[in-house]
Amino acid sequence: MKPAPFDYVRPASLSEVLALLAKHKDDCKILAGGQSLVPAMNFRLARPAVLIDINDIRELDYIRSDDSGLTIGALTRHAAFHRSVVAGPLGAMLSKVASNIAHYPIRQRGTFAGSLAHADPASEWCLVATTLDAAIVAKSTRGERTIAIGDFFNGTFSTDLEADELLTEIRLPALGQGWRTGFYEFSRRAGDFALGMALAALRFEAGIVREARLGVGGVSDRAIRLRKLEARLVGGAASPQMIDTIAHEAWASVSPIGDIHATPEYRRDLVATAVRRALAEAAA
Amino acid sequence: MSYIGRSLRRIEDRPLLLGKGSFAADCNAPGHLHMRVVRSPVAFGRILGVETAEAAALEGVAAIWTADDVAGLPPIDFRQMGLERLAPYRQWVLARHYVRYVGDPVAVVFAVDPYVAEDAADLVFCDIEELAPQLDATAEPVTFMPDIHLGLLSEPAVIRRGYGDLDAAFAAAHKIVALEVKVGRHTGVPLETRGGLAVHDADTDVLTLYGAAKVPHYNRDAISRMLGLAPGRLELSEGHVGGGFGIRGELYPEDVLLCAAALRLRRPVKWIEDRKEHLLAANHSRDQVYRLHAAVDQRGFILGLKAEVFTDQGAYVRTHGTTVTDLSAAMLPGPYVIPAYSVEGHIRLTNKTPAGTYRAPGRYESTFARERLIDRIATELALAPVEVRRVNLIAAEAMPFDRGIETLGTAVVYDSGKYRDLLERVLDRLSYDRLQAELAARRDRGEHVGLGIACFVEKSGLGPQDLVRIKVDGRGTVAIVTGVASVGQGVETVLAQICAETIGIPIERISVIHGQTDRIEIGFGAFASRVTVMAGSAVKIASEALRDRALETAAKLLQTSPDALRLSGGMVEAVGGGASLPLGDVALHLEGAGGLTGEGRFVAGHMTYPYGVHAAQVKVDPSTCAITIERYLIGYDVGRAINPMLIEGQIVGAAAQGIGGALLEEFVYDENGQPLAASFADYLMPTCHEVPAIEVLLREDAPSPLNPLGVKGAGEAGINAVGAALAAAIDAALQRPGAVTQLPITPARLHRILRGPQS
Ligand SMILES: Cc1cc2nc3c(=O)[nH]c(=O)nc-3n(C[C@H](O)[C@H](O)[C@H](O)COP(=O)(O)OP(=O)(O)OC[C@H]3O[C@@H](n4cnc5c(N)ncnc54)[C@H](O)[C@@H]3O)c2cc1C
Repeated sequence: MKPAPFDYVRPASLSEVLALLAKHKDDCKILAGGQSLVPAMNFRLARPAVLIDINDIRELDYIRSDDSGLTIGALTRHAAFHRSVVAGPLGAMLSKVASNIAHYPIRQRGTFAGSLAHADPASEWCLVATTLDAAIVAKSTRGERTIAIGDFFNGTFSTDLEADELLTEIRLPALGQGWRTGFYEFSRRAGDFALGMALAALRFEAGIVREARLGVGGVSDRAIRLRKLEARLVGGAASPQMIDTIAHEAWASVSPIGDIHATPEYRRDLVATAVRRALAEAAA
Repeated sequence: MSYIGRSLRRIEDRPLLLGKGSFAADCNAPGHLHMRVVRSPVAFGRILGVETAEAAALEGVAAIWTADDVAGLPPIDFRQMGLERLAPYRQWVLARHYVRYVGDPVAVVFAVDPYVAEDAADLVFCDIEELAPQLDATAEPVTFMPDIHLGLLSEPAVIRRGYGDLDAAFAAAHKIVALEVKVGRHTGVPLETRGGLAVHDADTDVLTLYGAAKVPHYNRDAISRMLGLAPGRLELSEGHVGGGFGIRGELYPEDVLLCAAALRLRRPVKWIEDRKEHLLAANHSRDQVYRLHAAVDQRGFILGLKAEVFTDQGAYVRTHGTTVTDLSAAMLPGPYVIPAYSVEGHIRLTNKTPAGTYRAPGRYESTFARERLIDRIATELALAPVEVRRVNLIAAEAMPFDRGIETLGTAVVYDSGKYRDLLERVLDRLSYDRLQAELAARRDRGEHVGLGIACFVEKSGLGPQDLVRIKVDGRGTVAIVTGVASVGQGVETVLAQICAETIGIPIERISVIHGQTDRIEIGFGAFASRVTVMAGSAVKIASEALRDRALETAAKLLQTSPDALRLSGGMVEAVGGGASLPLGDVALHLEGAGGLTGEGRFVAGHMTYPYGVHAAQVKVDPSTCAITIERYLIGYDVGRAINPMLIEGQIVGAAAQGIGGALLEEFVYDENGQPLAASFADYLMPTCHEVPAIEVLLREDAPSPLNPLGVKGAGEAGINAVGAALAAAIDAALQRPGAVTQLPITPARLHRILRGPQS
């Protein structure tokens, strides 16, 4: 469990990072929190020739919020969300979600952007980004582009980022007046990756759902947004019967993977439960 | 002041708390090389060749060995329970002809640092012709190594035990209750992985292996035999040990390779196992299937029990020989009368990591099987499970109870016990009837909660003997030298307490030296919950000898008779007051005559048998299949508690491991024999979140008549019945008697129970 040989660079500026990425492309890896990359290197599953440590790039460490939403810089740690980063339902939801990610020490290092770039199908932040329709900003010496979350994930551990691109920030839309959220996750032990989880955000007006976001994670090669079910929720009151129906339809709409921790059948039932509980929390 | 029976803080903790511990990885020697083992990537196959040229060319590589380089070394022999017919199944230090599990050592690299060593190991190419692996111990045996051992099958031995008239029992049965259960593949996972440093001193021509654990004396002799070293040329030295649990400290290929390399390469050689290797290479355990048939009468009394046990021994038979299956066979009847019994224990090889003992070997599994059986009997006869236990428990008046079976070379004779009494005490502590009513009321409200009870007998204090020497110096400080080992369980404190009590000396003045083969010629190590019983008794005997000698000498000096004197506070003082003498002065006086010393040898032909009851209360969430342990109580009779706090520590820690094995931990393999749980991401250890507060009801109602202290061991009580109690509790929570037949009870298995097999 000692990594294969690699060169280590710790550039001091963003432009240097981009230049290094342009130079080494597939031979290099960005080191953010290192909570996924370093174990992978120790197991020799990842063998980058060059490791580019971005931890000195202070300009990537920020969270900004305005009316349009939240902008999260690439060096923002999971622990930054322990306390609410923005007033209202979004901050509260992020803080609840963060507490489900790994363990306290890991949250001090691991980054929001690193989770997205790593693209673990059971990552909480990937579920949040998918469900809330995040936009991803990527930079390279070739310029900057914004990637819609729907185009970002290609599958397990695979994204639309090019080898020379740095994920610099994530933009989450604001959840203003009337929004309520619910999140439910089940994992075998506290801090483990989810066997199944669901995130719901509902905007109510006079007791009626006007907008809905619903996503599930940990069930396939990436987080899934259940758009059809969102549409079913809009216009209703998110009653317990409605929630049951939605949960059942969520059950019918996924075809989960099996592994040593969960059979497909079990995961499927778990998705229904997670959806039911997340929606119930949002509707409460 | 009395020392025995007090919850004193551990005297060995200071360096540990200060970060000054000396574990295997802390041992270094100038210019040492690092060893890295190249392991088989496949489960079963014929070795066509091992190519090392590219690896050897890497800068910093000192040597690479394959089987040819260690052709002169014999396979690793059995430490206990070896049989002649097991010999061909022993493991070589490097695989010959065949690899038999993923992780089987094929080659070994020595390099200047661990990174280079691992880089080089990566470049060693094993050309292996893959063969279909055997992965099911209940399947028909296959050939072990097809063209090497003609006709030799993957069933090295069948253990047969029994007593009583089974035919008569079955003929008289009111009912026959059958059950098949399975326990998954686990291992003890010490915080400190294996490791060591071998250093040869050219001046003295002595090779020392640091990082030893568990059985240093035995391993000294075994390695000496394998390397052809004369007595005195090899010493083993134990530092701090970060847990053992039965697996750490057994003799493995790596220990022998380290020693051989230090001699041959003429440089110190160090090896620290990484966690991935640990989960592939150190002994696994459990992995048994039990098929039981019980003949019962109307009251649920078991007239006769017929059992078949299958042990998945993995790829080779290691140092433990037949131990686990033997213990399973002997301990399956547990605390119950069972007048007729027969068992067939099949030891079966598969292409998985070799198995050995892990805390409560053969008991964690057999208790699960037996207690599931009792619950099944209760269900089939519509009786209360507790009532069936009461009916079957051996009465206190029947003690000592001769089981009529042997294990580990000794007759199983339960030395003392008040089984029924302890069960009632545990039920009392739970307010059993009221609690059951509360749980029923909660179930009526839709909650899935339930209580499970399981009874067990442990065994402890395995002989054959242990030796202790105690010496007092002129300053009045005491050194206890013993051949037993410490795996972190508090040996120093416990031995010092016994000595302090016996010779009336403040415990602060005592130091305990253990696990050093150059300090004492024999030692039998730390396993089988034996240390307090064996070394503790030897300390008692040695301390008494020393006390008598001190009193005699002091009596002469003070011109009185020994019985007018006593030892107290490090002084010899007159019983009636007046003259007194520091113990150190007595020692000084005896300097010319060998000093103030005491020697104690305790020999035991029989084990002691502590016993206990576990009670678990759980809540199940049927929607997620989550299992929450709401309460866990362990009642345990240890005979005599030298240090109650340490015993509770043993029990609580062991219970945590038991919970791991019952709910979380399992080595899963795919159909090619590839291990799927080879890291902590998949082999799930319980954490503080999963382990509830463990309540301990510690009793001293049945002291052992077999040793001068009346003690029994405490190392395995906490783990023994966890699987059994949790299974019963989950059944109760689901109101589905007999639902749980397999450990661990994972959410996916629980899901299958709740929903049935689906496509
Ligand atoms: C025991 C344990 C439990 C865990 N449990 C969970 C859990 O329950 N849920 C969960 O979501 N995660 C979990 N994790 C993973 C953790 O959250 C990681 O922090 C996260 O997946 C990756 O973030 P990081 O900053 O550590 O990235 P790193 O490990 O540094 O990098 C991960 C990958 O992303 C790339 N990368 C990182 N940042 C960028 C960037 N800005 N631009 C381009 N590429 C980039 C790296 O090159 C690398 O390939 C766990 C980790 C551990 C060790």
